[in-house]
Amino acid sequence: MKARAWLPPFLLLLALLGLWQLAAESGFMADTLGLESFLVPAPSEIAEVLWQDRGLILENARTTLVEIVAGFILALVCGLLVAFAFRSSELIRRAGYPLVVASQTIPVIVVAPILVVWFGYGIWPKLLIIALICFFPITVNALDGLRSADREAMLMMRSLDASGLQVFRRVELPSALPGIFTGARIAAAVAVIGAVFGEWAGAEKGLGYLMLQDNAQLMTDRMFASVVVLSLIAILLYVLIGLLERVIVRWR
Amino acid sequence: MTAVTARGLSHSFGSLEVLDGIGFEIGPGEVLALAGPSGCGKSTVLEITGGLLEPSGGSIEVSGRSAGSERLASCAWMPQRDCLLPWYSALDNAGLSLRNQMRSRSESRAIATESFEHFGLSGFEQARPSELSGGMRQRVAFIRTLVSGKPVLLLDEPFAALDAITRAELQEWLAPVLAETGATVLLVTHDVEEAIYLADRVLVLSPRPGRITAGLDGARGAAGDRTEVVSSRSFNQRREEVLDLLGPGVDHT
Repeated sequence: MKARAWLPPFLLLLALLGLWQLAAESGFMADTLGLESFLVPAPSEIAEVLWQDRGLILENARTTLVEIVAGFILALVCGLLVAFAFRSSELIRRAGYPLVVASQTIPVIVVAPILVVWFGYGIWPKLLIIALICFFPITVNALDGLRSADREAMLMMRSLDASGLQVFRRVELPSALPGIFTGARIAAAVAVIGAVFGEWAGAEKGLGYLMLQDNAQLMTDRMFASVVVLSLIAILLYVLIGLLERVIVRWR
Repeated sequence: MTAVTARGLSHSFGSLEVLDGIGFEIGPGEVLALAGPSGCGKSTVLEITGGLLEPSGGSIEVSGRSAGSERLASCAWMPQRDCLLPWYSALDNAGLSLRNQMRSRSESRAIATESFEHFGLSGFEQARPSELSGGMRQRVAFIRTLVSGKPVLLLDEPFAALDAITRAELQEWLAPVLAETGATVLLVTHDVEEAIYLADRVLVLSPRPGRITAGLDGARGAAGDRTEVVSSRSFNQRREEVLDLLGPGVDHT
């Protein structure tokens, strides 16, 4: 990425952190919120705890990262299969699409404890919650991408002896790739939220679990440190998917 | 035996009647042009001929067979837009039909490379479609149609999207190519000059619903280069005749 693209947001972030540092150090934030100053840590204090407790935070981050990646892959596979099924048959699309939309009205935070009751404290409830959140943007964007395929190019392919599968592979799927990547990028960003919800509902490790522990002990600085790591995970996934898109969707 | 025989073809899209009793015959190796105003159903005739659409009425046979799948197997359709797939190189676009016919990638590329050399596109094999000029894109699209090896080519306004100079160049390029391949061609165009220059016969269609209002000989195979042919007295007479039949609102280029 060129410096022109990342420099302005980076400078803005730096300026905001500077303001936060000043407001926290001077006691302005704690006074305004009517709190003890240790509950309102400055960015420097958060960085300090992040470094000091890096072993603990990284160990929990690894658990959360595994959940996020596995849940994301589950959502990607299911989302693409559903989008392909919807594309293959108008009847299936008409029957299934309202259900896919309805799935988004389910409040994940309410479902999470039920899944923990059903599947226990292991990885499965987290995967299902992440998949439930990620599934929608992947499916909808993949379907839009498939439907954006050029009808005339598809007819041309049929005239040039292409089977249905060949039209799909050579025209529809490449047409859908930009949409699939858009959905995947959105999904990567929200997958982190799913993982935290899942861990809040019941877990024995992970950054969400650590945040709950820290919350009970009023360790606001380490809670913020976990938030920073979660954000970094989301940004990392987003960037990785973006890079993969640039490699695969070279014609754009 | 004729290569294509259409009798009383009619077609409607819902309540919109686009074709009304079209009939024609094309002999093997013949180039027949359908000239008519935009929206008169010319492209629909191509889609029906190529087995991409079934007519609402009438009958159509290609190589003596009438089933849609059989027409599909005998015809290669070149749509109005080049429809080159941006994710493939120019060469792989040209070889698409061969890949669809389950030929290996290397074999498809070898055949397409031969055509690139033959038709003046050498050096552009690996170019992406976006790197090619409009005229080159149309040539790649034509090669893609040609290498399918089908006996009947259906060309839908192949040069309509090009500027006048490039269009004239490509017409001049296409005429000997068609003669060399010996393919049977149904060409649809609203460019009267193109129709007369490239075709053995020209059928003139009325505005929608399309009906054949007249038929006349084209200038295919006339001696001399394109400029000489299109500026000859007999060519101009035919052009005037067709334009009179078409009436106002038609491309007079």
